[in-house]
Amino acid sequence: MESQLGKDIVRVEAKDKVTGTAKYTNDLDDSPMLYAKLLTSSCAHAKIISIDTGTASAMPGVKAVITAKDFYILCGSLFRDRPPLAFNKVRYFGEPVAIVIAEDEEKAKKAVDKIYITYEPLTVVNSISDALKKKPVLIHEDMMSYKKSITEVYPEKGTNICHHQKIRKGDMEKGWDDSDVIMEGEFSLPQSDHAAMETRSTRCIVMPDENVIIKSSSQVPYAIKELISKYLGIPEGRVIVRVPLVGGGFGGKATVQLEVLAVIAAMHVKGKWVNLTNTREEDLVTSPCHLGLNGYIKIGAKSSGKITAAEMRFYIDTGAYSDTSPKLAKAIAVECAGPYHIPNIQCDCYSVYTNHPYVTSYRGFGHEAHAFCLERTMDKLAAKLGMDPFELRLLNVAHDGDLKPTQVKVTTSNTGNITECLNRLRNLIKWDEGSRIVEGNHIIRAKGISCLIKTSDTPQNAGAAAILTFNSDGSVNLNCGAVEIGPGMKTTVAQILADKMKMNIKDIFIKMEVDTQSSPLYWKTVASMTTHMVGYAVINAAKDALNQLLNLASIALRCPVSDLDYENKMIYVKHDPSFYITFKDLVQGYKYPDGNSIHGPVIGRGSYVMNHLTILDKETGKGKAGLSWTVGAQAVEIEYDTRQHTYRLLKAATVIDAGKVINPKTARGVITGGMCMGLGLGTCEDFIYDENAITENTSFRTYKMIRYGENPKYLVDFVETPQIDTPYGSRGIGEHGIIGIPAALANAVSLAAQIDVTSLPVTPEYIWREKTKNDSV
Amino acid sequence: MQISGYSVIHLNVNGQEVSVMIKPSYTLLYVLREKLSLTGAKSGCNNGDCGACTVLIDDMPVKSCLMLAVEAVGHKITTIEGLENAAIQEAFVRSWGFQCGYCTSGFLMVCHALTKYNPHADDTIIEEWLQSNLCRCTGYEEIENAVKSIITNHIEV
Amino acid sequence: MIPFDFDYYRPDSMEKAYECYQSLSQMNKRPMYYGGGTEIISMARVKSIEFDAVIDLKAIPQCNTLEINNGYFVMGAAQTLTNIAEFNAFPLLSKTVKRIADHTIQDKLTIGGNLAGTIKYREASLPLMISNCKLQVMTVKGITEIPFNKLFDGRLQLESGDFLIAILIDQNQLNCPYSHVKKTRNEKIDYPLISMAAMKDGSTLKAAITGYGEKPCLIPEKILNHKSYSIDQKIKKIITQLHSECKSDLSGSLEYREFVLQNILQELLEHFRPTDFILK
Repeated sequence: MESQLGKDIVRVEAKDKVTGTAKYTNDLDDSPMLYAKLLTSSCAHAKIISIDTGTASAMPGVKAVITAKDFYILCGSLFRDRPPLAFNKVRYFGEPVAIVIAEDEEKAKKAVDKIYITYEPLTVVNSISDALKKKPVLIHEDMMSYKKSITEVYPEKGTNICHHQKIRKGDMEKGWDDSDVIMEGEFSLPQSDHAAMETRSTRCIVMPDENVIIKSSSQVPYAIKELISKYLGIPEGRVIVRVPLVGGGFGGKATVQLEVLAVIAAMHVKGKWVNLTNTREEDLVTSPCHLGLNGYIKIGAKSSGKITAAEMRFYIDTGAYSDTSPKLAKAIAVECAGPYHIPNIQCDCYSVYTNHPYVTSYRGFGHEAHAFCLERTMDKLAAKLGMDPFELRLLNVAHDGDLKPTQVKVTTSNTGNITECLNRLRNLIKWDEGSRIVEGNHIIRAKGISCLIKTSDTPQNAGAAAILTFNSDGSVNLNCGAVEIGPGMKTTVAQILADKMKMNIKDIFIKMEVDTQSSPLYWKTVASMTTHMVGYAVINAAKDALNQLLNLASIALRCPVSDLDYENKMIYVKHDPSFYITFKDLVQGYKYPDGNSIHGPVIGRGSYVMNHLTILDKETGKGKAGLSWTVGAQAVEIEYDTRQHTYRLLKAATVIDAGKVINPKTARGVITGGMCMGLGLGTCEDFIYDENAITENTSFRTYKMIRYGENPKYLVDFVETPQIDTPYGSRGIGEHGIIGIPAALANAVSLAAQIDVTSLPVTPEYIWREKTKNDSV
Repeated sequence: MQISGYSVIHLNVNGQEVSVMIKPSYTLLYVLREKLSLTGAKSGCNNGDCGACTVLIDDMPVKSCLMLAVEAVGHKITTIEGLENAAIQEAFVRSWGFQCGYCTSGFLMVCHALTKYNPHADDTIIEEWLQSNLCRCTGYEEIENAVKSIITNHIEV
Repeated sequence: MIPFDFDYYRPDSMEKAYECYQSLSQMNKRPMYYGGGTEIISMARVKSIEFDAVIDLKAIPQCNTLEINNGYFVMGAAQTLTNIAEFNAFPLLSKTVKRIADHTIQDKLTIGGNLAGTIKYREASLPLMISNCKLQVMTVKGITEIPFNKLFDGRLQLESGDFLIAILIDQNQLNCPYSHVKKTRNEKIDYPLISMAAMKDGSTLKAAITGYGEKPCLIPEKILNHKSYSIDQKIKKIITQLHSECKSDLSGSLEYREFVLQNILQELLEHFRPTDFILK
């Protein structure tokens, strides 16, 4: 039968989603239910002198008011620096200080308004430069006493630096000596937000039998289970996490924050559900956001354009708590050379505390920020050398045998074909008609390009598993731990299973929600790894089930397994397919004609873990952070008005090496969605802080995103260079659409307006400032 | 009409008369979701910015987070649950018009109203209507394809 | 969720609405007139405003007028922006209101609410500021008609308990050549960096802007129409004269706003050169 791979299979939950019947966490019907509301900090950095909860506690319908006095622990997935409720001091505007639990939302909110806090303001650390001052105001005075959860966190004593990641490769002195030209640049981009349409929402009940049941809009049900157990000393088996459909994640729901607060709340009102759902304002400010980054890059190259050396420093605006920042720093350092071969390279990447909201993983995992810095530098270098930006990039891409900054060898399998991506992009965007075209009437059309690259940066033991059970008609139930956050991963793995089992996808029933008690472990639905990791687990589960079915069939059909083949829920004898038995007569065990039965129900199980990942050397960064890379090339074309300094997005293009495209329409959608988000970062998204580090744009009224019609025309093409060690050779593509877009946009604007774009977002006011700055020189 | 404190009002929702106990401070979104269990309309911002809560009032799209439930008395309310095999639903499926699906109900209601109200809408009008809603997963290309596939004689402008 | 209780009144006559307000005030309750509610609900949710009762004016027939009558285009205060735009009796106003918030909000937002609300931009006022327009207001003396510019000083200056019934615009001005421009930080759906409405009434060019400072303001008519100034001179003088009005905010800095105004004025003045009567 025809394979289901490479086909536009409609996502399995499509009908539910167009009829309003699809359920997300806050749509679930749980009772009896109480409501929790947070009191959050009105200061960005202040001592808590007193908290008066007396009035609030006595209000009608209020069940409990909880502060850090009632409950103090330290949380953090990598570095335990964050009390779930602020203790003694607050470190960012919007930080949770108290929880009120009441009969309904309104009563809870009313009580929140009656909690009185006295703050003593402290000097705010409102930027990376504030944080890095000689004698800085310390945000975490006790930083060195915090517990690490993984080895790779390297805080620096007496500073606001909670992590420092180093890359040292080659001989810097030689690299600079070999170079004819040097290009330097400093770049920055502000913190911004995931802004998934569904705000984070959690429910928890502590049952009389001590089971703690959590329902959450999360990308990481298993991490919730492990961390809640670890933080609160609850036996892990008692923590049961259920995740229905999730309304967008983008990395923002890979953090564990609300869940801890919900459990603490539920412990005060046992036997009742507690609903803790972010308002949009809380989701933007109280829950973690996208990193801000300051970057410094110096590149040396021969006059031919060949890069000989690079030195880079990056500072992540981590905000008040570390969360995923040390891993983001690692990811940026690991990929510091981009897709290029730089023989001598040194990179220092720091996670820096500030009094801003704290940051967590975000689509692109830091690569989108790093690419902006590196790819702007590449364009600047090309201009200095008088080279075509494509030519400079093509000349420097890493090839088989070159060493990555982590000293891992590049192979075609592990890296794919960036050259092909660049070549196709060049045609796709008609680069050769010109990259800066004066259209007249004060309009200039300009194009900018960028490469993209990303590896998984997963923990060394990140694993996935899948379980197959069968229905009496021979159809299959697939149960895995991947959360459906939007990209259609459940459908993708169903396609993989259908292909492996040679069945129609209509005979595959995939469990949409994840329940940690019944669904087998999947590390986290992040890092664009689901197709690879869960896909592999599903393939292994299919093999396991097929083995059992074939063995049973060999008994039933009285021939060796080697004589058998299968298709369409049937197992038949290869040389005489008229001898066959259907799955339905095997999946519950085989019954002989006389009624005797053997084996019992068939269950397929499959596991997967990436092999050979290592911890990186602390001093040099040598080691293996991921199995492979996904590469691509992107472009943005704009129309720029030279009088008003406004611009319009005309086209955004991506050519990406996907290894193998499993569902073309879904793949295109994920890429265009990523591009749109990247255009948001490029054109309008940022958090704005006042002089007291108070976030000023806390709603969608003022936090702007791309809307319908502002999006450009999208061009997408796929290169398919198989990765040997993945299902069907596929590579991760979920995040990647975003990565090079801010850089490509910045390159287009720089070219159009003849300015050096060094920070995002590129607003007309920014261009105007740069233009007038240049004019006055 | 005067309503003070908890009161029973009668709403016409998806063609049915329903009685529901409300307070004047309840928004229509809150009543639909929490009192009538119609959770298709989503809360995305409660501030009128994202459009995830869009329903139709007398066939025109309205953000139900910015409407009091009492205001809806005497009007025809249509939610996503009230669409019965509308062409736009099938168009969204066919065009891959969504990923996470959270904004979908709102978008569908705007698109449905548009295609009924102005079946020959041009690009400018489509843009005006659809800019009322935010989608974070798609880049809007598929939504555009979906809505244009059912605008009769759609003419590119 | 609005975290406080209030009563809801939907009177069906102007008199009942007025009385309702008075009697609530006498009971020391804080009433508030209610149109589309888009601003009231969003502000009440975060407790930027609080009240004990809302009086919904949408059931009052006079507040729902939308007609040309007796030489005037009459718009009830409770008419939605969408209806006004689609009725399209006053194209400049249609164009202006179609850039307020977004289309779905325009289905709910009323013209009265936009003029009387607390959000400072009040973009719907711009065409009214530059046309011959009067307001029908319900007052203690009954229905009173007042010239728009007498009652509107960046915001409707209504006595407590008074409410706007309708807006009447001189029919002769509805089809004057006009222009409307809205500039934002970068996104189309946003508060204005500057929103400007302009029209050429006979030989006189008139313009008003909002977003520039704390409230909508007129562009000095004398400078706009000065016979001997060049375009550049006019722009410089206008920017200088309005300098004290101009403010920085999240949408943009003061200096940038002045640059944007300069561009808008340039286009406007080039478009409406003294001899030019082309309808845009």
